[in-house]
Amino acid sequence: MRELIYLTVLLPLIGFLINGIFGSRIKNEKLIGSIGSGVIGISFLIALGAFFETLGLPVDQRQKIVTLFSWMSVGNLDVSFAYQVDQLSLVMALIVTGVGFLIHVYSIGYMHGDKSFWRFFAYLNLFIFAMMNLILADNFVLLFLGWEGVGLCSYLLIGFWYDRKFEKSTTSDAAKKAFVVNRIGDFGFLLGMFLIYMTFGSLNFNEVFSRSVSFNVSTATFGFIALFLFIGATGKSAQIPLFVWLPDAMAGPTPVSALIHAATMVTAGVYMVARTSIIFASAPDILMVVAIIGAFTAFFAATIGIVQNDIKKVLAYSTVSQLGYMFLAMGVGAFSAGIFHVMTHAFFKALLFLGAGSVIHAMHHEQDIQKYGGLKKYMPRTYLTFLIAALAISGIPPLSGFFSKDEILWYSYANGNLFFWILGAGTAMMTAFYMFRLYILTFEGKERFGHDKHPHESPAVMTIPLMILAVLAAIGGFIGIPEIFSGEHGNQFHNFLAPLFKDADRKLATYNMHSHFEEILLMVLSVIFAVGAIMFARYVYLKKPSIAVNTAQKFKGMYNLLWNKYFVDEAYDTAVVNPILQTSRSFLWKIADNKIIDGVVNGSAKIVDVISINIRKLQTGVAQFYALVMVLGIVAAFFWIILSL
Amino acid sequence: MEQNSLLTYLILIPLISSILVLFIKKEQVNFIKYFAVVLSTIAFLLSLVIYFQFDSANSEFQFINKIEWIKGLNIHYHVGIDGMSLLLVLLTTFLTPLTLISSWSSIESKVKEFTFFFLMLEVGMLGVFISLDLFLFYIFWEAMLIPMYFIIGIWGGKERVYAAIKFFIYTMFGSLLMLVAIVWLAVYAIVPLGYFTTNLIELYTIAPQIPMNIQIWMFLAFAFSFAIKVPLFPLHTWLPDAHVQAPTAGSVILAGVLLKMGTYGLLRFNLPLFPEASILAAPYISVLAVIGIIYGALVAMVQTDVKKLVAYSSVSHLGFVVLGIFAMTQESIQGAVIQMINHGLSTGALFLLVGVIYERTHTREISDYGGIAKIVPFFAFALMFASLSSVGLPGLNGFVGEFLILLGSFQSPILNSWWFTVFASSGVIFAAVYLLWMYQRVVFGPVTNQKLFGLKDMNAREIFVLAPIFILIVWLGIYPTTFLKVSDRSTSKVVKMIYNPVKVSPTEIGLNNSSK
Repeated sequence: MRELIYLTVLLPLIGFLINGIFGSRIKNEKLIGSIGSGVIGISFLIALGAFFETLGLPVDQRQKIVTLFSWMSVGNLDVSFAYQVDQLSLVMALIVTGVGFLIHVYSIGYMHGDKSFWRFFAYLNLFIFAMMNLILADNFVLLFLGWEGVGLCSYLLIGFWYDRKFEKSTTSDAAKKAFVVNRIGDFGFLLGMFLIYMTFGSLNFNEVFSRSVSFNVSTATFGFIALFLFIGATGKSAQIPLFVWLPDAMAGPTPVSALIHAATMVTAGVYMVARTSIIFASAPDILMVVAIIGAFTAFFAATIGIVQNDIKKVLAYSTVSQLGYMFLAMGVGAFSAGIFHVMTHAFFKALLFLGAGSVIHAMHHEQDIQKYGGLKKYMPRTYLTFLIAALAISGIPPLSGFFSKDEILWYSYANGNLFFWILGAGTAMMTAFYMFRLYILTFEGKERFGHDKHPHESPAVMTIPLMILAVLAAIGGFIGIPEIFSGEHGNQFHNFLAPLFKDADRKLATYNMHSHFEEILLMVLSVIFAVGAIMFARYVYLKKPSIAVNTAQKFKGMYNLLWNKYFVDEAYDTAVVNPILQTSRSFLWKIADNKIIDGVVNGSAKIVDVISINIRKLQTGVAQFYALVMVLGIVAAFFWIILSL
Repeated sequence: MEQNSLLTYLILIPLISSILVLFIKKEQVNFIKYFAVVLSTIAFLLSLVIYFQFDSANSEFQFINKIEWIKGLNIHYHVGIDGMSLLLVLLTTFLTPLTLISSWSSIESKVKEFTFFFLMLEVGMLGVFISLDLFLFYIFWEAMLIPMYFIIGIWGGKERVYAAIKFFIYTMFGSLLMLVAIVWLAVYAIVPLGYFTTNLIELYTIAPQIPMNIQIWMFLAFAFSFAIKVPLFPLHTWLPDAHVQAPTAGSVILAGVLLKMGTYGLLRFNLPLFPEASILAAPYISVLAVIGIIYGALVAMVQTDVKKLVAYSSVSHLGFVVLGIFAMTQESIQGAVIQMINHGLSTGALFLLVGVIYERTHTREISDYGGIAKIVPFFAFALMFASLSSVGLPGLNGFVGEFLILLGSFQSPILNSWWFTVFASSGVIFAAVYLLWMYQRVVFGPVTNQKLFGLKDMNAREIFVLAPIFILIVWLGIYPTTFLKVSDRSTSKVVKMIYNPVKVSPTEIGLNNSSK
């Protein structure tokens, strides 16, 4: 199956072409949906086959590269459309095609009746195509093709309902913002590639990574490469300072938020850091930057999440926050823990978004959680699956989020320091709180919606994916049970990925021995925090809603700051966007181009004009005048010759 | 040397057809149109024949045809191509029939004269790319100005006369300096060779030995002329006017081919003839190129006229090409050659699309549009596709060129600094801003202008014109090898000529024997 891996890239492309070209004529939603979902389902099966085949192989034979054809071959550069099957790419491929398939199926129900149903499925397939390129690429340039490709699909899908209003502007503003902010990141990624090529003379992963070990390269060079790549990651994975696009990306249809802006695309930055772990491990300072950015992003996004009222906004900030966790893991060198969280997060966050979509669907596109309430009796399946996801993200054992989050928290202390742990644990506490605030305001308590709304459970095509994801969110963590519980077998997930991070681990070698007592103590503490936060949320939003109102009023400044997301968007507009626009318009165009440069050009034409007009006056046409000038000339010449003798 | 007259036939086809057009009655408008399209298509097919016969493993000039012309001055009708010129010849013959078809309904008056000038323009452009004699090159270079001047001046917009004269004087000014330099070179050759020559292949061995203090002046005289044509910042202000005023077909050819004559000239003449001066000038010209990339993008961003926006985007895109050329690495020069083709395709497509919509609404103001995605879905798709190609999305053509240029300039030993690439790469961000913002304002949102409701989507003819361009856009993006292979040898030869200029005396290589 491994040599067929290119089909997992090709099939989504075929699906895109069929639905993109013929979709508007097929008109049959079931057929379009089946094609769109079918190609992803088959891709998943192929990836699964390749996974089991790989499991059966000895560790040193687990990498395989399938080359299709050469892409660019100039000078030393030689990159191909070549796909790499190894432990890391397989894990990612299973997440993308697996969760992707479920979301495709769900979309058949969610998008029912939309006039551009075919376009939606075409874009979704195109997205999977780009994403598969990103994770299966065997070189940086092909990864970048996927990297920009997913950005394009994100752009197309955020602006899917291009004539709708979104907040203060339109969905297409949100789409453009996403693309441009991502491009700022891509700028960094490009520079990273250039420096890699200059340093190692290649852009193929195997060559670059082996040369990273064998070549004698300065830490500063590694530092610049890592920094440039990380700038790329902050764009794609919505980290400080480039996170601003992700909350706006919620303008897209909800399955898009689930697939692209939660489960898969936004984790691309994490994947890329893990893939290039040896480079980051060779630049310890930048790795520290990664950890700090990750920890702060996790914390600040969580604080914003507490006060938002739009169901998707809360989930969006939660995603930013969870991505911060993953970067924290990368930063402290816990690469496989970060990837583990990518996986569990894909399960429970996709589930949360799809659940939210089910609620929005039922509530006729109302997204304000203050206008929900008591929905659990109307939509029991959505309610139950949502609850499981909320418990999972809050880190309640033994659900999947508990294992992955706890592993990160442990490494942030063991490999990092107490400060990281405090930020991480604080984030965990806030996460549990705002998730249950969201859950309670939506499903529990009194109904706060009008009689014009008739909430109902979604059709099976939507709820079955929810249930499958709920099972995964619940038990998905068991493949990564930490060593202290599983004993001699160790952490299975960790062992599977370990060979990929072996060079990086050797370089870092910072793992300090800590006692199992510490590990268990911190684990118990974080569970207590989470449970406490959930109980507190129940108390506030079910028993005494006045607390929330009073607190908001008492700390009005703080509340405003959070409600307005720390005014980051406004700050960017004032400090960057507007000055550039103003300068371009009123100076570069209207003055530099039109006045200065054209002034010189037209001015020199004018000078020639003026000179000619004056010289022309000499051409009087009177013969006597010409004769006079001639004589004068001869006399002058005569004198000049005599004088010079 | 064996003579091959295929190139001569190639140039004769448009030349003879343009003369024949003069003999057709001007009332027979449709016949004139079909005649021109069919014959320029035949020229394209012939250039394909040349492509298939071309040996890309050979770095020498091929298809050489050399006939004595002005005996006393040793000037020859001397044509031939290498990989770089072949690609540009193909671009020219490919775009000419398409633009003729595109102006089927937009050119209503004086069709006969228009067709005549247009075919003459093709003669001039092809001549520039295949000349191996500096004098012949100069003739074509100048001759090409005349038809373009009339195309802008007669079939252009409201300010067409101002734009046409500005275009003419700007370019004419530059070329006069070049003429002086050509004559000086030919005279200089008398000492080592024993005879006056404008033969480029001979001058390749002579010119690099010119003392540095003179070489720099020669370099500047050529470079100035080419820089105006490119156009390189700050010599670019003729371009927006010319583009905005020119009819669609004129804009397409102007952007698609004419600008490439400037960058082609730099590659064909400046670098190999004056290698040391080129190396000396490289950082300065690269600075201008980088300024052009950013400046062009920023000014494009704030335009209110969609055609002007595309025009300024050309300044930005051509900045990449010049940077690639003066970074002087194999990667960057290959990238520059590909980027010349790319720009011809993607900007050509953008101008065609602007023309399509202008023909229906007679406005180019961005604010007059909005929400047309629903009314003309196919147009919306095509505009998106062309914009993405121009933005440099990987998988489409623009990326390959930009990536190779930037990758090469980053390692360039001549520029020897990251900053050129760092600033140039920021152009990638701005390109996304100005194109997507334009797209958003034209295509997305609600419809505000009532007149737009009756808009008709693209017709079969318009789709037929764009389809081959779009196919090439994808082809170049996914499998650029087809094209990279063609120019690989000739660009690596240029690189070699820069770093190891011929330092042997011509007597040693036997050039002097002919004159004795």
